[in-house]
Amino acid sequence: MSIVLFKAILVVLIFLISLGIAAYSTYGERKIAAFLQDRIGPDRAGPFGLLQPIADGVKMFLKEEIIPTVSDKLLFIAGPSMFMLTALMTSAVIPWGLPLEFGGTVYALQVADINIGILYIMGVVSLGVYGIMIGGWASNNKFALLGAIRASSQMISYELAMGMSVIAVLLMTNGSLSLNNIVQSQGEGKLYGFINISGMNWNIFYQPVAFIIFLVCSFAETNRTPFDLPESESELIGGFHTEYSSMKLGLYLFGEYINMFISSAVISCLFLGGYNFPGIEYLGTVLPHNIVSLISVAALFGKIFFFIFFFMWVRWTIPRFRYDQLMRLGWQILMPLAIINVLITGGILTFFGN
Amino acid sequence: MQLTNRSKVVTKPEMTFVEKLYLPAIFSGLGITIKHLFKKKATLKYPEQTRQFAPVYRGMHVLKRDEQGRENCTACGLCAVSCPAEAITMDAAERKKGEEGLYREEKYAARYEINMLRCIYCGLCEEACPKDAIYLTDRIVPSEYSRGEFVFGKDVLVEKVDQRIDVSKRKKTYTI
Repeated sequence: MSIVLFKAILVVLIFLISLGIAAYSTYGERKIAAFLQDRIGPDRAGPFGLLQPIADGVKMFLKEEIIPTVSDKLLFIAGPSMFMLTALMTSAVIPWGLPLEFGGTVYALQVADINIGILYIMGVVSLGVYGIMIGGWASNNKFALLGAIRASSQMISYELAMGMSVIAVLLMTNGSLSLNNIVQSQGEGKLYGFINISGMNWNIFYQPVAFIIFLVCSFAETNRTPFDLPESESELIGGFHTEYSSMKLGLYLFGEYINMFISSAVISCLFLGGYNFPGIEYLGTVLPHNIVSLISVAALFGKIFFFIFFFMWVRWTIPRFRYDQLMRLGWQILMPLAIINVLITGGILTFFGN
Repeated sequence: MQLTNRSKVVTKPEMTFVEKLYLPAIFSGLGITIKHLFKKKATLKYPEQTRQFAPVYRGMHVLKRDEQGRENCTACGLCAVSCPAEAITMDAAERKKGEEGLYREEKYAARYEINMLRCIYCGLCEEACPKDAIYLTDRIVPSEYSRGEFVFGKDVLVEKVDQRIDVSKRKKTYTI
């Protein structure tokens, strides 16, 4: 099997997995929302309501497509397309697991191991704001425009703190931006230099502040509660997607869940050791290499699912921020905190070495 | 002007550093929500399960028959008189020869109608009935598409001979 064919299969596979997880996130969201509110949730379509996402998808496709006459038609269609495109693009640089080995050839479970991996993710994520902005602007609707403005200002503000918190992590991996290197470095060495559990040298133990900043910012970037001001169905009747219907609305909602999936994956890779899991070296000695690879993929997905659950868990815990509170948190608290964190990390690394 | 001495001066104390972090509060909130994940759910899966009614529940009326399948009602009109909502109307008729198996006494209700939209389900008709004829049951009045259909006649109200409706829970065991 040539490496090109393998990459093509991997791309299609990741595409399908992203869409599948996004579809079942809608189901998971409703189920978890129900459980946290002492309800049962959708349970009519199939066993435990497992066919509910398919029913929802069919419903979305069959709904009437409404394009407002006063809207800018081209941009109106471009908005959701861009949002979905950028959401799907981010998955390219995430290392999904240890490399597979077939007949002496090594197949890395990563679409593209580019040396600016995390920078690429930040770049593509900030492109995502165009999808929202264009959609909100093209709708020619006050609520949509307000939502779009909120979304863009929120995403721009929180990207800075997010980038700053990542810098602290990058300092620890000798400035390598490649996600593969970042994940690998968390699988080597001893935790704090003396706790000898293989595959547990995670960044969260060294950078808890950066982790919290990154987590909060990723909530803001994916427009999830408590930062769901762009949508805020109770104030802006849906915000930027007020005028959207049918599958265009579906693309927006879907894109949000894909963003959630990807940001969970990025958090796992940056702070929770990606595909590393405790005892990875020991398993490597007793099990065949490819089996360990698959277990490492499962470990990464376990972390991702936990974070997706966490996103939903927080949604039903914390109420929405007010706009000025949001801006104050972003600029006056997270931003300085991230910079101080970078300075302290840099200082410790400079004076105390590794 | 101070009217009472119960007024209090409201103070907004400065938050401590830990409170300003908000993180302890957020985590305790997360703890509260996660507890609900394992709580017993309040949902009742309706078509499969139905909620248990209280024994005193007053739902749709029934006109009873006696053990031999004869209608109890003699069209005395006490229920209609007692009805505060004036929901009950009836026409009386005399029992003819050969109808002894249908009606228990010489007089019966040829037409007996309850307007279910007027009815307030107070149960006074049941209290007034001297013949054990009318009872309120734990059945729910079915929904209809027009107002006229809510005037229930004898075809709906009188229990079927082969489908008796159990009113033992509503029967008074005491006598005055």
